[in-house]
Amino acid sequence: MASILDKHKIIEKNATLLLVGSLLVVSIGGIVEIAPLFYLQNTIEKVEGMRPYTPLELAGRNIYVREGCYVCHSQMIRPFRDEVERYGHYSLAAESMYDHPFQWGSKRTGPDLARVGGRYSNEWHVQHLSDPRAVVPESVMPRYAFLSGADLTVKDVGMDLKANEDVGVPYSPEMIAAAEADMKAQADPNADTTALLARYPKAKVGDFDGDPTKLTEMDALVAYLQMLGTLVDFSTYDDATGYR
Amino acid sequence: MTYTTETVVVAVAAFLALLGAAFAHDHLFAVHMGILCFCLLAGTVLLMRRIDVSTAGAPARIDPSGYFDEVVRYGLIATVFWGVVGFLVGVIVAAQLAFPDLNFAPYLNFGRLRPVHTSAVIFAFGGNALIMTSFYVVQRTCRARLFGGNLAWFVFWGYQLFIVMAATGYVLGISQGREYAEPEWYVDLWLTIVWLAYLAVFLGTVLRRKEPHIYVANWFYLAFIVTIAMLHVVNNLAVPVSFLGSKSYSVFSGVQDALTQWWYGHNAVGFFLTAGFLGMMYYFVPKQANRPIYSYRLSIIHFWALIFMYIWAGPHHLHYTALPDWAQTLGMVFSVMLWMPSWGGMINGLMTLSGAWDKIRTDPIIRMMVIAIAFYGMSTFEGPMMSIKTVNSLSHYTEWTIGHVHSGALGWVGMITFGAIYYLTPKLWGRERMYSMRMINWHFWLATLGIVVYAAVLWVAGIQQGLMWREYNSQGFLVYSFAETVAAMFPYYVLRTLGGGLYLAGGLVMAWNVFMTILGHQRDEAALPTTYVPQAQAAE
Repeated sequence: MASILDKHKIIEKNATLLLVGSLLVVSIGGIVEIAPLFYLQNTIEKVEGMRPYTPLELAGRNIYVREGCYVCHSQMIRPFRDEVERYGHYSLAAESMYDHPFQWGSKRTGPDLARVGGRYSNEWHVQHLSDPRAVVPESVMPRYAFLSGADLTVKDVGMDLKANEDVGVPYSPEMIAAAEADMKAQADPNADTTALLARYPKAKVGDFDGDPTKLTEMDALVAYLQMLGTLVDFSTYDDATGYR
Repeated sequence: MTYTTETVVVAVAAFLALLGAAFAHDHLFAVHMGILCFCLLAGTVLLMRRIDVSTAGAPARIDPSGYFDEVVRYGLIATVFWGVVGFLVGVIVAAQLAFPDLNFAPYLNFGRLRPVHTSAVIFAFGGNALIMTSFYVVQRTCRARLFGGNLAWFVFWGYQLFIVMAATGYVLGISQGREYAEPEWYVDLWLTIVWLAYLAVFLGTVLRRKEPHIYVANWFYLAFIVTIAMLHVVNNLAVPVSFLGSKSYSVFSGVQDALTQWWYGHNAVGFFLTAGFLGMMYYFVPKQANRPIYSYRLSIIHFWALIFMYIWAGPHHLHYTALPDWAQTLGMVFSVMLWMPSWGGMINGLMTLSGAWDKIRTDPIIRMMVIAIAFYGMSTFEGPMMSIKTVNSLSHYTEWTIGHVHSGALGWVGMITFGAIYYLTPKLWGRERMYSMRMINWHFWLATLGIVVYAAVLWVAGIQQGLMWREYNSQGFLVYSFAETVAAMFPYYVLRTLGGGLYLAGGLVMAWNVFMTILGHQRDEAALPTTYVPQAQAAE
């Protein structure tokens, strides 16, 4: 032992060796743990129902990221009795496969949001975001009333879809071309949404923020919240095989 | 004319930033480039003023030591400044959780301010402390002047620019949504350049050393610099929507993204907040105690074991998630093993005091360093414990995690930095001692009390929260609604704000003490007791 440690002086006297040695030693763990995740079947399996975000949902998701919602809300339900009862079926890997970045979170100052979609009405969400304590007196959430007054200004949302396509989200050229129109149509109660729903099955359409005349950031955020966790149909999902 | 080229480069950069603002893809990028332009213009003006005159009109300072210490002096002031800012924002966000009316939408909402707090403390306070002390230590232990001349100035100012761009970005709403890696792609690119320059300065100095051996502190500093470069680059891989826009999408998604992020996140702790600060410990503790490092062999073993094992520990942030079980278990096993090399560092630091234990009583700076090492030992025991899956099923998502982070950050990172600051300030400015030794003592107790209150409160809060979430009644129903568990946190949120306030107060005492020392004053005060005087026993 002592003789091995004595040899350490070779490294101690050579900065390049020390540098290369350190870099090698710190590379191993990451390579062993992360690289297989790109190949192992159970991390890259596809589950029926998963689809890319609609342009409006994506815009809403970007607002969710911008406001730092992830610092207080998780989107990852663990397979425990209490969590499944409180929030719904535990989260699957496939459910965040189009999430660039992932928003699993690390802290629940507020409740988990992985399956908040469809749990409350649009009106509830707008009221709650505008003044959380008017709806939930115990809440410590900040107010987000300004979202109702902010026009949704995403310059060329097709570029956002394109960037997502570059990192592997299967947006078709048709989806990218129709992005701007789809974004407006989803929150417009009078729009023809047949093509939108064909491209993005199960998308929630209609006015979200209570003001059909304007497309606001509130529309986008509520559209995103209302679809969270709704894509996979767990009445037909088989836990045992992990596939449909 | 000393800074002519630099002035021109910065002025051109300011112009480019202005162009960026004018042709921005989105509004936020325009505003952010406006801020950048303003900073660079201010830099240009300062550089122009410096062309002939140095340090605000004072005669040029020549380091008699032959070392390049002016940048260390700036670094020390920046460390103190960002420390106070980081603690202050921490107290504000803590108060927001207790009293949500303190949120001022949109810019000062909790979700935007919390990254300002974490980045200010980790990267601004911690980062400046690491850069500043590594520049000081590497010169002394290599007996060589910093490599690269003004490159060290580039590192210093470039890093401050990174901090300003990151923090203003968060407040504006420019965020990647990755914890502790929130800055967007262009700020990340800038940091990469600055960091490589930092590596060049540090490694260059090591290479021109006049000592045959590379001192142990420098192993830790070097491993920290190299690993952070690797982590930063891989974790921030992203495709921007537009090269004139603020938004980007990360290259990875879902599970892969989660583990990449926590591989980064945990090693920001492991290398930024641990390896780097161990480097600090290995220089300043022996210096202040005037004793050699306890064990050379222990330092070899625990160095290699620490840097090898830390990298594996990331998955413990993802227990019971959709991450495959094997990765979680591997993360847990390595986290538990990590306890040993961590305590190797603690033992080496503490035992360096053997034969000098009396200094804990007489020297408030040593006392600060010792409590730092004690907190290091405490939180590197707590961490492995929390990474055990059964424990984690309770502690994850709760305030306990926050308490754990703070016992490490306030106790270890903060205290060892304060110790280094108190050691360095008189030396760097050529003063006999700090302005006030009694104020160091005050700082010590304010900070210690603050940490103890903060950590203890959040332990109780976190465990209570975890237990309330999973409590069932005899009929098999969940007992508490989520809202009830939020309401139960109120007293803890108030108390933790108080704990943070005490720590901030200590920071302010330090800032004043450092400020007065730099000005060259010595407080007229009774000396601290240096010898133990047994109190006369009352007659029975």
